[in-house]
Amino acid sequence: MITLQINGQPHDVDVSPDTPLLWALRDALGMTGTKYGCGIAQCGACTVHLDGQAVRSCQLPIGSVGSRAITTIEGVGSTDAGAKIQKAWLDLEVIQCGYCQSGQIMSAAALLAQKASPNDDDIDAAMAGNICRCGTYVRIRAAIKKAAAA
Amino acid sequence: MLANESSKVPGLSRRELLKSGAAGVLLLGFRVPIAHAASDSFAPNAFIRIGDDDVVTLVMPQVEMGQGIYTSVGMILADELDADFEKVVLQHAPPDKAYINPIFGVQATGGSTSVRAFWEPLRKAGASARAMLVEAAAQQWSVELSTCRTSNSVVIHDASGRKVGYGAIAGLAATMTPPKEPKLKSIKDFTLIGKPVKRKDTPDKTDGKTQYGIDAMPAGVKFAAIAQCPIFGGKVGRVDDTKAKAIKGVQQVVAIDDFVAVVADTTWTALKGLDALDVIWDEGPNANVDSAEIWQALRTASQGPAVVAKETGDVKAAFADGAHYDAVYELPFLAHAAMEPLNCTVHYTKDACEVWTGSQVIGRVQADVAKVVGLPIEKVTAHNFYIGGGFGRRLEQEMAVRAARLAMQVDGPVKVTWRREEDMQHDVYRPLYHNAVSASVKNGKIVGWTHRVTGSAIIARWLPPAFKNGIDIDAVDGAVDEPYDFQNIKIEYVRAEPLAVPTGFWRGVGPNNNFFTLETFVDEIAHREKVDPVAFRLKHLDNNPRLKAVVQLAAEKSGWGSSLPARMGRGISAQNAFGSFISTVCEAEVDESGEIRVHRCVAAVDTGIVVNPDTVIAQFQGGLIFGLTAALYGEITIAKGRVQQSNFNDYRMLRINEAPKIEVHLIPSMEHPGGIGETGTTASAPALANALFAATGVRLRRLPIDRDVLAGRKPA
Ligand code: FES
Ligand code: FES
Repeated sequence: MITLQINGQPHDVDVSPDTPLLWALRDALGMTGTKYGCGIAQCGACTVHLDGQAVRSCQLPIGSVGSRAITTIEGVGSTDAGAKIQKAWLDLEVIQCGYCQSGQIMSAAALLAQKASPNDDDIDAAMAGNICRCGTYVRIRAAIKKAAAA
Repeated sequence: MLANESSKVPGLSRRELLKSGAAGVLLLGFRVPIAHAASDSFAPNAFIRIGDDDVVTLVMPQVEMGQGIYTSVGMILADELDADFEKVVLQHAPPDKAYINPIFGVQATGGSTSVRAFWEPLRKAGASARAMLVEAAAQQWSVELSTCRTSNSVVIHDASGRKVGYGAIAGLAATMTPPKEPKLKSIKDFTLIGKPVKRKDTPDKTDGKTQYGIDAMPAGVKFAAIAQCPIFGGKVGRVDDTKAKAIKGVQQVVAIDDFVAVVADTTWTALKGLDALDVIWDEGPNANVDSAEIWQALRTASQGPAVVAKETGDVKAAFADGAHYDAVYELPFLAHAAMEPLNCTVHYTKDACEVWTGSQVIGRVQADVAKVVGLPIEKVTAHNFYIGGGFGRRLEQEMAVRAARLAMQVDGPVKVTWRREEDMQHDVYRPLYHNAVSASVKNGKIVGWTHRVTGSAIIARWLPPAFKNGIDIDAVDGAVDEPYDFQNIKIEYVRAEPLAVPTGFWRGVGPNNNFFTLETFVDEIAHREKVDPVAFRLKHLDNNPRLKAVVQLAAEKSGWGSSLPARMGRGISAQNAFGSFISTVCEAEVDESGEIRVHRCVAAVDTGIVVNPDTVIAQFQGGLIFGLTAALYGEITIAKGRVQQSNFNDYRMLRINEAPKIEVHLIPSMEHPGGIGETGTTASAPALANALFAATGVRLRRLPIDRDVLAGRKPA
């Protein structure tokens, strides 16, 4: 049994310690907001925060997490940056199919928490790891700037 | 039957319908409260449920894959119904013939048909329900029908100041006879259509609440991962599962025909189990097929007998003199690579079967699962979901059939997730195409045009009744109705199914191939005739005022003709496809090594009456990125009967740091609504290839774009 600190709450999971956080969240805890896209750190769909840093949960065995704080898409709205990003996402109607957007929002929220006014290069650096097959990039960029200005 | 269904669609000729009907995709993509049990004191038709609690539930005949269709379809219904859109609840349609797409004749979402096909039926459904509510209220108040009006889910009698909510009158309305010809609003009275309305599905997509098929979690669900035979047409030979079964959490290993699956406590354990299996595949007849052989077969087929899909004027005479141009264009296999990998959850018992999946063809899912598990169709319940990208891939149902076959051997519900590599290597691929095209030019105008399209007939498999006389209406879509007045035209089609590799619809469908060919060839001729490419197109568009207007607007808004730095170029494309008229200008830069930077795309779009303007713009933006991705990077190749690409590391996607600025200018129009989901994809490749020519002088006739050719390291 491993105890994970997720969105401020302890959760016990009874799966093997090599299980990536992605699959522990989805299959063991039923928190399906975090998405599987590639499993090899190429797409960013599985992005969560670990002590505030954006990480790819498909690469993070739960045995290595310890007591560090995990934030997922289900909880990011209670952070200042997360709430601003979610609002900007809706104001600018960023989302299409939405499947990549949990990961996009998690990456963008981590960026905004670290840089109050990110420029285009900052956005490229923080967001290039997140693929959107629906092609919402133009709006993602605009929404990050809008959230920063809010 | 298809034609009958089709002819019900207003504003489109039967030929156009068949044409567009062929076209397939898909598009792709709620706090939509998804209602589970609509309360339905008043259910006047398949689309509308009004409860006495005042809740208006709208049933969505088309699936939401990101295209914003739930909001657009909801707006059309709610506008004619005069329902309070803020309070409307949306529900996924179950499999039922009431939700058949009039263009396809099957319950399907694709081909940018949703608004085109459902525009009038939904308006009538809304208007009819509204008429019954008004009649009920008028009867209750004993007043003249004509003295009542409606607004925001309330019937109002101004003279007496009486009002009644739709819910309170719903029961009585249910006893009224639906009008034969409900009176539709005139366009100026629309309260929702044409206004930017916030999407209903997006709030739940910002906080992880939205459920896609992959998120289905029926009680007691087990998790499975699947490995299909990597060689097309091969089967499972021998499986040694000793090591897999030793892994804690692995519950079952099942081999069926052409796939092996591991069932476990989590998807992760199932994937580990899959990797621990020792499988010997029975490779079958395709074990030596490779891309070179497939291309060779396609090229050989292109020289063989063809069917004539269209012939006008006197082509022979047109080619007897004048300047003569020939070219060959080739497009590769492509994977869909939707962000949500293939998945399907099935619970089989001997009396009933339940399926959870996101599908563009939920009726076919239900029917095929019923067949394979041997149950009557009414014993199979198929639940549809939000779709994490369709692009045509989810117009197929073979994944549900495999999941159902596995579920027959598993106790309780089982969720099958295809790992990304399996999804990519077991797709139905956008077919490769070969195009031979010739033009005759006299007095600065194209007067003769021949185009021979060689490629797979997807329609023949997917919608057999629409495959007639050997002509695949999708494969020649965009070629048989090219937009210019070339006068003497011959379009031919050669059906050539690629060796071993299954083919399917892919966003932009047939027009991707045909407009790439047409628009890069016209561009090449303009340059060789030393005429500006915009001016050259306009010369041939006197009979096509809607396309002419968008070409002029795109040129103006893009600053066409103004100077650009060295190694930068501007290219244009024009298209009339999916019922929309679009011109796109692309600005791109090429460095000495052949690396490409797309800076900006400017498009002018006339898509008829627009339901939700911001959704149209979003779809066009996304479609452009989808098409640019394919033009810049997309190619599936085959070696030893297997797909060589596997994941996003070797099947590259455009990322945010490479995305151009995109401007979309909508032309106001009162014409019948056109389709939009595919259009950006069709527009992008020719505009880009033409920009790259302007930047480098290198003419590209093959996709994806080869940097070695651009940099002069390899001949074109
Ligand atoms: S699923 Fe983790 S990066 Fe793609
Ligand atoms: S919104 Fe569909 S993949 Fe990004």
